[in-house]
Amino acid sequence: MERREPSAVAVWLGLADDPFNRQKTARFGDAGAVRSGRVWSILVLAFLLGLWLLASRFGWIEPFYWPPIGATWQRLVKLATEGFRNVPLWEHVGISVYRVLTGVFFGALVGIPLGFAMGLSSFARGVFDPIVEFMRPVPPLALIPLIILWFGIDETAKIILLFLAALFIMTIAARAGASGVRIAKVHAAYSLGASRGQILRHVILPNALPEIFTGLRTAMGVCWGTVVAAELVAADRGLGSMIMIAKNFLQTDTVVIGIVIIGIIGYGIELLMRFAERRLVPWKGKG
Amino acid sequence: MVYALPGGGSVHALERITLDIAPGELVSVLGPSGCGKTTLLNILAGFLAPTGGEVRVGAEVVRGPGAERGMVFQQGALFEWLSVAENVGFGPRMAGRPKAEIAARVEALLRRVGLSGFGATPVYQLSGGMQQRVALARCLANDPAVILMDEPLGALDALTREKMQGLVLRLWQETGTTIVLITHSVEEALFLGERLVVMAPRPGRIEKEYRLPFSREALTGEARAIKASAEFVRTREEVLAMIWGMEEEIMGHEGGSGAA
Repeated sequence: MERREPSAVAVWLGLADDPFNRQKTARFGDAGAVRSGRVWSILVLAFLLGLWLLASRFGWIEPFYWPPIGATWQRLVKLATEGFRNVPLWEHVGISVYRVLTGVFFGALVGIPLGFAMGLSSFARGVFDPIVEFMRPVPPLALIPLIILWFGIDETAKIILLFLAALFIMTIAARAGASGVRIAKVHAAYSLGASRGQILRHVILPNALPEIFTGLRTAMGVCWGTVVAAELVAADRGLGSMIMIAKNFLQTDTVVIGIVIIGIIGYGIELLMRFAERRLVPWKGKG
Repeated sequence: MVYALPGGGSVHALERITLDIAPGELVSVLGPSGCGKTTLLNILAGFLAPTGGEVRVGAEVVRGPGAERGMVFQQGALFEWLSVAENVGFGPRMAGRPKAEIAARVEALLRRVGLSGFGATPVYQLSGGMQQRVALARCLANDPAVILMDEPLGALDALTREKMQGLVLRLWQETGTTIVLITHSVEEALFLGERLVVMAPRPGRIEKEYRLPFSREALTGEARAIKASAEFVRTREEVLAMIWGMEEEIMGHEGGSGAA
């Protein structure tokens, strides 16, 4: 039976099987045989965009609930050129990203050594275990009132909140990395003459890097959610504060734009971290 | 070696093991699972302290792991974040040897184990057999007086395994290092061991010792022919029967319900 090779575009869109999957007979339950389905994704996006266009054109929805497409575009241009309430758009974005990066940085700075100590010493494990295990299930947002009481609502307070959010994630990741080292590797290093310090530096640390990276990725994601929420509560700059203030002025278009930017940046952070992970710890999962 | 169990009982993992290994000897240790082979090797390596008795290398009493006793593990003991060359050079680097010396040494060792040109390759890109070649080279880089091998070829497929047996013998001959090799493959133990120690379980003890000609013969002869020789087959059947007997006994002790 003569069969034409499916084109690469058709496979990418999910309209055809690649030559390997085409020969499979038991497809249901075989995750590898599920087509990409991109053609449907494209159709859905096109449908939503078309719906928005039509709704704007014929005024199906009150602008109070959902902004018309033309006005939203104009608002975006205005935000990008004039800023929001005398603060440029990039500054709102920048300050939110800066808060997250600072919080995660200090969280990692304290959390990684703490997690290592907990994985390697019974004293550190005993001392910090109750605190870490108790703080682990507490959502960072629940700390906001306490942080406001202690530190007020200035920049330091937000950084401390994000630091705490990142700290426990990083501690647990580093602890898992340090205690997850295969004993054969440690024994091999000892019998190659390595000292305890060398085993920490050359075996336990690199062995824990993939876990630490996963921790960083999680911490970034959690902190991004936390920063937006913290800015909703108390801030005059940042994406969260922008959409909160815009709400007070009933600027639904600014609110929608803010939400989309928050989504795009959150996704961008995730992509960047995955890229960095592939570059920096290519041995992940290959031990 | 007696392990105390939580709850008051104890397991007699090893009992009165006396083993005198001459320099340059290749000793293979064979026994059914649970006979304490790995416990014995861990005591020799210095990772476990015996509850009675002592281990000596020359005049030195073993008190912990050390670079003069190299180890080769079954698998998963390579450092996957390092390249092949960095893995092989790990020991000398930890000892603070000069870079040029390490590089020359690594180069020579890679050639010896048939991995020339693979120095820059990440170890996780190598096949199982090549990874064990790296493990052997890494161990040799420290010039150990004794090499302890814990099922070094256990995770390899049968064909690769046979090839690697030849490599182990060649390295043994070229370096003159003492080797203690633990295996659960009867054929491998017979083929590689100049001396074969068969262990019995509960408590772990030495059941029987053999002096075997096959490893010496293999240095000059054809491996397949040696393994097919009448003498080899006869010894193999004898040892197999002995180990089968032990397994049966274990099953009997447990009322035939549990696996050993």
